[in-house]
Amino acid sequence: MLNFSKINVLIIYFLFIFIAVFSFLNLQNDNNRLVNKKINLGLDLQGGSYLLLEINSDSLVKEKIQSKVIPIKKLLKENEINYKNFKINDDNLLLSIDNLEKFDLLFKSRKDNLVNPYIDNYRSYELDYTKINNNKIKISFSKFGLLTINNSALKQSIEIVRRRIDDVGTKEPTILQRGEKRILVELPGLKDPERIKALLGKTAQLNFRLVSDNNEFGTDELISENGEKLNISKRIIMSGENLIDAQPSIQNQNNEPTVSFTLDRLGAQKFGRATTDNVGKRLAIVLDGEIVSAPNINEPITSGNGMISGNFTFQEATDLALLLRSGALPTPLIVVEERTVGPDLGEDSIKSGITSLIVGFILVILFMLYKYKIFGLIANTALIANLLMLTGVLTILEATLTLPGIAGIILTVGMAVDANVLIFERIREELKTEKSIIHAFDSGYARAKITVLDANITTLIAAIILFAFGSGPVKGFAITLGIGIITTLFTAYFLARHLTSLVVLNTKNKEINI
Amino acid sequence: MTNYNFSSKFKHANIFSVILFLISIILIAFKGLNYGIDFKGGTLIELRSNNTEASSIRDVLKNMDLGDVNVKKFGKEGDFLIKVEQKEDNNKLIPEIKKNLSDSLNSDVNFRRVENVGPKVSAELLQSGIIAISLSLAAMLFYIWVRFEWQFSIGSIIALFHDVIITLGIFSLLALEINLSIIAAVLTIVGYSMNDTVVIYDRIRENLGKFHKLDIKDIANLSINETLARTIITSVTTLLALFSIFILGGEILRGFSFAMILGVFVGTYSSIFVASPILKYFKVSYKTIEKEEEKIVP
Repeated sequence: MLNFSKINVLIIYFLFIFIAVFSFLNLQNDNNRLVNKKINLGLDLQGGSYLLLEINSDSLVKEKIQSKVIPIKKLLKENEINYKNFKINDDNLLLSIDNLEKFDLLFKSRKDNLVNPYIDNYRSYELDYTKINNNKIKISFSKFGLLTINNSALKQSIEIVRRRIDDVGTKEPTILQRGEKRILVELPGLKDPERIKALLGKTAQLNFRLVSDNNEFGTDELISENGEKLNISKRIIMSGENLIDAQPSIQNQNNEPTVSFTLDRLGAQKFGRATTDNVGKRLAIVLDGEIVSAPNINEPITSGNGMISGNFTFQEATDLALLLRSGALPTPLIVVEERTVGPDLGEDSIKSGITSLIVGFILVILFMLYKYKIFGLIANTALIANLLMLTGVLTILEATLTLPGIAGIILTVGMAVDANVLIFERIREELKTEKSIIHAFDSGYARAKITVLDANITTLIAAIILFAFGSGPVKGFAITLGIGIITTLFTAYFLARHLTSLVVLNTKNKEINI
Repeated sequence: MTNYNFSSKFKHANIFSVILFLISIILIAFKGLNYGIDFKGGTLIELRSNNTEASSIRDVLKNMDLGDVNVKKFGKEGDFLIKVEQKEDNNKLIPEIKKNLSDSLNSDVNFRRVENVGPKVSAELLQSGIIAISLSLAAMLFYIWVRFEWQFSIGSIIALFHDVIITLGIFSLLALEINLSIIAAVLTIVGYSMNDTVVIYDRIRENLGKFHKLDIKDIANLSINETLARTIITSVTTLLALFSIFILGGEILRGFSFAMILGVFVGTYSSIFVASPILKYFKVSYKTIEKEEEKIVP
């Protein structure tokens, strides 16, 4: 075990230097990087916000099932199937029909794909029906129909979340899908996420609707920005989809912040027609079911440009413009998990983390020197090499270092010497029975090998499971612990063994103290 | 090499372990574990505000009618930790609390950390924590079963259960908070304790092959003594590192390092006094390992 061929020695040191060199990349100046690789700091160390958002597609399902009512009625009529008691019931439709067989054929025919599309991905129709009794049936979305609604809502939400966050202009945001209903947002360096949370919390569904004189059927009673009760027609003249731009602006007359918007061609047409036909009436601008303002239509607006005023502060006008530009979210987003760390706490954490790392490191080094003298020096050299390789690998992987990650490194320092301790203790035992020192070292290494492997693999298993199931900072711990074990095995079994062989072979048969 | 008579203490140690284990189970079952917001859901706010008393923060929050609120000092003077229980997702809560505190307290308030975990997410985190620990125990069991014989596998798993339950029992007794990092600590303890057990088991297996005449009790005693120096040195270096985190690593890592320190003591104890005696009950002898070898190499 103590004989190394030149090639082996070369490979060992080449590998060590190659990996260790990467750890120095972290010392590069940020503005002038030769190689763009470094260890990233987790949000808990550099400060920032982690948000987990969840879409709520229930309301969307209700909306979508309502949109099926007219096509289904039409389909039934066209095919001369009589129906009665048609009812919208939450997220399903109830009705009685006279010819179930015909309905079944019709409902699942490719011809009527418009009403009940066939989803190729899932090999299923969007809608399903169940028979309740004789001729009463319940129509609802199939499992896969729900899935497509959910997936498209999620994709759309991610896109809009990205637009809104980019518009606010935070540095290097991360926006990812998590599971089937969630969006993960990481905003490094952000001290106060409240503005972003407020921006993401609004669906920003904008509608232009006429104010009606009477409270007849087809109106909603809403409270205006001045506290006035108004009957707003349910008919939507134009919605936010037709907006191509929105910017905050200052109205010259009274320096009031407003939002000016530009419509696309279709929107301009619709808006022009509606304002021409309704001069003198009031137009309500409704955002997420609340009236922003309800100004009088003084003259037709056909240019496709308009302005929204509503007692805004400039910040509010800016945010509204941003929301309108980015488009509406299909469903409201709920923050189901939030973790925000201020930059000063992050700095404190780095400081205390590094301090405890250095102190722990020095204590372990002194203890090993005291215990094993020259071989303690070898173990310590291996330990330093180990730390260099560990940071090197973290750099190559561009891993994220978290506070628990630093704890993982410190723990690696404490446990890394175990491999060498196992070996040295074994050699001590061998020296008692073995006359030749070289033989004692040889068999010491050979016999300890299996134990060292077994012992480290068990910890590695724990680290891998932690990585698979852990979240956020804990994952950082698993990464450093796991990589630490591998670099420990390498440094103990190759580097330290080679150094030991140099010492042993050069002292020949003189007295060796271990 | 030391020559302590560990095996004479096996019986007493086992009774001691069983009692500790049972007390821990009773504590966990009846006193319960003090789950943090990670697993219970709720809001945590760490703030720094000089010249402020915990009582004035409490007063501000009391007026908000938030239900169960917990305010305590956290580390340095002027640092506080607020915990608010929360039954459902409410995205308006944090800004309201922040605003009220900023307005009502007389000095500047620096919100250093805000964490909010909704009820659904906390339930999921708890579930995945339990799965992670169970899975790691199963993986260890499997690894030892592949590498050793089944008696060793069961012995080591009993030792692991012993460590995990007693560590959690101590957390229950002291009402220390269980959060994500404690789960990480428990998993690391599992790894560490296994590590210790494997070293002794390796030696037991080696000695079983060497000394056919010796009883398993004596083999265990011999093996523990032979590896004792290593056991102690590794525990010392690990503890040096852990105490360094515990004392200097800041408030956030304190619970984690405390759990690990407990784990190192319990894990080291269990490798010697739980994992090794169990082999005796299974009547392990050199024949056990010989049979296994025949099976593997026909």
